[in-house]
Formats: sequence, structure tokens, C-alpha cells
Amino acid sequence: MARAIPLRRKIGFTALAWLIGLLIFFPIFWTILTSFKSEGDAIASPPLLFFNFTLENYAEVQSRSDYLKHFMNSVVICGGSTILALIIAVPAAWSMAFSPTKRTKDILMWMLSTKMLPPVGVLVPIYLLFRNWGLLDTQFGLTIVLMLINLPIIVWMLYTYFREIPADILEACRMDGAVLWKEIVYILLPMAVPGIASTLLLNVILAWNEAFWTLNLTAAKAAPLTAFIASYSSPEGLFWAKLSAASTMAIAPILVLGWFSQRQLVRGLTFGAVK
Amino acid sequence: MATAHTRTLSRFMMSPAVLLLFLWMIVPLSMTLFFSFQRYNLLHPERQRFGGFFNYSFFVTDPAFFAAISNTLILVGGVLAITIIGGILLALLLDQPIFGQGIVRILFISPFFVMPTVSALVWKNMLMNPVFGIFANMSMGLGLKPIDWLADFPLLSIVIIVAWQWLPFATLILLTALQSLDEEQKEASEMDGANFANRFVFIVLPHLARAITVVILIETIFLLSVFAEILVTTNGGPGVQSTNLTFLIYGRALLNFDIGGASAGGVIAIILANIVAIFLMRMIGRNLEA
Repeated sequence: MARAIPLRRKIGFTALAWLIGLLIFFPIFWTILTSFKSEGDAIASPPLLFFNFTLENYAEVQSRSDYLKHFMNSVVICGGSTILALIIAVPAAWSMAFSPTKRTKDILMWMLSTKMLPPVGVLVPIYLLFRNWGLLDTQFGLTIVLMLINLPIIVWMLYTYFREIPADILEACRMDGAVLWKEIVYILLPMAVPGIASTLLLNVILAWNEAFWTLNLTAAKAAPLTAFIASYSSPEGLFWAKLSAASTMAIAPILVLGWFSQRQLVRGLTFGAVK
Repeated sequence: MATAHTRTLSRFMMSPAVLLLFLWMIVPLSMTLFFSFQRYNLLHPERQRFGGFFNYSFFVTDPAFFAAISNTLILVGGVLAITIIGGILLALLLDQPIFGQGIVRILFISPFFVMPTVSALVWKNMLMNPVFGIFANMSMGLGLKPIDWLADFPLLSIVIIVAWQWLPFATLILLTALQSLDEEQKEASEMDGANFANRFVFIVLPHLARAITVVILIETIFLLSVFAEILVTTNGGPGVQSTNLTFLIYGRALLNFDIGGASAGGVIAIILANIVAIFLMRMIGRNLEA
């Protein structure tokens, strides 16, 4: 039942919403803008809105600190942990959704409870184990940790998606004599792909931005972007333009992914409690 | 049609996930518990021995512990207050008819996708720097003395930065909940003569209650573990003014190499987090049946 909305009211709300939106977005906008300034212009007072456009910061960030290496670390760790987690979580969520037992709910709740563990509570043992096993500052070690910390969210999210697939369809094709792998490939996957894609997207965002384990378990070699950017916190000199260039490249891919996954984000981060 | 065959199969499919998570939980947890009763410093590993409750009493009698606990509470409470109240207001605003709604939504939620180290450094340098920052320039433009945010108000500054990151999350979830509100119910109340305040208190707020609870609980879990933002801005200082429990334990472990002390702190952090977790789990568990 659409009602006529007074145009004046709509314009008022629009102005207010845009104003607040731009204020909230301002730090990101300013970072992107600063990345195209020279270091001198970046710290000009009063701040410059118009300046000589330059791309040298981007070139410099790469040549000085091998930005690409850290970017690839992020890609490998984030992608690897996500794919591994999906391989482990899809069968688990599938069986929980389609042949639930009395204990299914308990298992789900227990998985969730592992997520409630504060990471710092297990920092010491993980650090020591990694040191003994030679996993400190390796892509492999971090991939495993990120896979494990996001596994509960992935199982949960997949479970809530799979549960929406009508089980009758599976019954029907079983009656028709389909074997298990056919059931999965032809029936389940096509219906589950949207849910799996959403889960993948959310996990990529979470893994890309994870900043406790990445900071504590890596040094120069395997540091992903979160840890690499943190190295700009040292007070030696002002490198705002370069910091901005490095930051812009680090957040751009996830910003774009994030914009497309707003709804999945709500569902994933609330464990299906708000849809 | 759960035959014995499918049951075995489903157990088989579940076991890798269950097993991995079980190991991930039980091994480090028992190690933390074990170390918390050991006097063990990585700089003097040969002196490792049983310490009873020494680590615990040492950890909780340290003045830094109380500072860290109160900082943690202020950080969690401050950010929660800002994001819940702000989130409700912004969600109400976004629920109105607006030109360019899609783009405004994108502007609102973007901070959530910025990695913590980037947002913290951007705020620290470009906004809060006492000489070149935007805030300093603004106060000078108004003829005021610029504020050295991170030196003079370290904890408040961190609350602001973290709130900026989490406000989009609260807004997005509350907006999603708001949009599931029945239009007809709103209209009916309007016809009955309810004004905006009445409708908000008696219809909107009760409808949002569950979403608000979920936001509070989930944010609390994450906010108890704020780390990167502190590491790259204040490093916990000046003194321990912006050290939270997570950062305190990190310092014990990786800067002082006090394995026993850090583990005792870790056990305390786990207990605190579990108190919150119990509420959250009940909430989500109830949902599972619905």
C-alpha cells in the first residue's frame, strides 16, 4: 500500500541522509584523495581539496616495500583459508541440514561457542606451537588459523542456507534411484550455489581484514596487508601520501565486495538471527 | 528416511569439521590452563616450575590489571552506546524515502569493510594529528587550540575510531530488522492517531528489541578483543591509559615473554568472554527452533 509522500519531506530526509552519509564516508574519501597528492600537499595546512594529481605514491609504495608481495600474501591467505574452510564445511552443513539427529543442534551450538573464545586467551599456546613447528611467519600457518577461526561462521551460514532447500526434492530423486554423487551434483549444488557464494563472500571479507592473528603471527615474510599497513605506524617521518596509497589499494577490493554483499553480511554475522 | 546407512554417512561428513574445531579448542585451551599454573618465562626457560596460583594473584594485583579492566569496560560500553543509539537513528533515517537510497547505503556501511589497521592509522594521522590533521585545522580555523587527541584523550580517541568501524554494522542490522516491520501495523497505528514518538516507543522499539540484543551481544564479543586499533595508534599508552585486557595480555606474552602470567590473563579473559557468550548462545539457540 504505497502512500503519497510529500515531496518536501522526501527532500528533507534526502539532504539529511546524504549529509550524514558523506560525513561517515569522509575518512575513506580523504584517504583516497590523499593517495594522489605529493607528500608536501598531503600535510598542507589548511588541507587541500585541489592539488597536483600524481600517481608517484603508488609506484613508490611498490618499489620501496614490495607492496605486491604483501598483497599476494593477503590473497593466498584469504583465498586459501576460505576454500579450505568451504571444503570442510559444505559436507558438514549438508549432513546437518538434511539428516539432522538429536545432537545436531548441540553440535551447532558448540561450534558457535568456539567462536566466543577470545583469541588472546589462546595466543600463548598458538604462538609457542607455531614457534616449535616453524610455522611463524608462514603463509601456511596463517591460512590454517584463519580457516579455523572462520569455520564456525561458515558452517552456520551454510546450514541456514541449506535448510531452505526443500528436502522433498532430495527424497524424490532418491526414489528415482539417483546415486549420492548425482544427487549432490545435479540437485543440491545448483540450489546451494547462491548460499555458498554468499558464504564465500563474507568469509573473504572477514579473512582479508583479520587483524589479530595476522599481526601476531607474521613478520616481514608472510605479512598480509593488515600487518604491512601497521608498519606505517612507526613515527619516523610523515608518509601520509604513501600510507594513503597503500591503504587505498588494501581496502578497495573488499569495499567493492562488501557493497555487493550487504544482505549476506547481516545473515552471516548474526548467525541467521536477523535476516 | 534416515537409514543406518545415511546416518553413518552424515557422521562421516561432519567429522572433519567437528574434529578440527575440537582440536582447535581443546589443545590451546588446556595449554593455556596448564601454563597459567607454571612459572615460565621464555627468557629463562630453564627456570620453569609449578607456580600454583602465583600467576593469577600476580596478574590481578597488578595495578595495570584494574586499569585494563576499566578501560575494556569503557571501550565496550562507549562503543556500544554510540553504535546502538546512532544505529537506531540512522536506520530510522535510511528507512525513509530518500533519493539515491542505494548510494547513501553504500556510504553508510563502507567503514565496516576497512581493515582495522587502515582505519586506525587514517584516523590517527589524517584526522587526529595535532598539527596537520583535519581536526586540528578545523579548531585553528575556529581560533581554538588544537587538541592532541591520542595523547590527551587516548581512550576516547580509540572509542571514536572503533565506533566509526562498528556504527555501520549496527545500522545495517537494525535497518534490516526495521524493514521487516509490517507496513499495515504502522498505518493502522497512524490512523489511530499515534504520533511519531508513540509509534517509535510502542511499535518500532519492541520490534527492534531482538535485533538490538543481537547487535549488543555480537559487538561485545568483538569489542572485548579490540587489538589492532590500539597497537597502531597509542600502543596502549600513555602509560596504560588505553590498554585493554587483550592488549595487556599481548604485552605480557610477546613483549615480556611471561608465558605463565599471560596465560593466567588469558584464562581470566576467557571467563569474562564466556559470561557474555552464555547470553548470546541462549538467544541464538532459541532462534534455531523458531
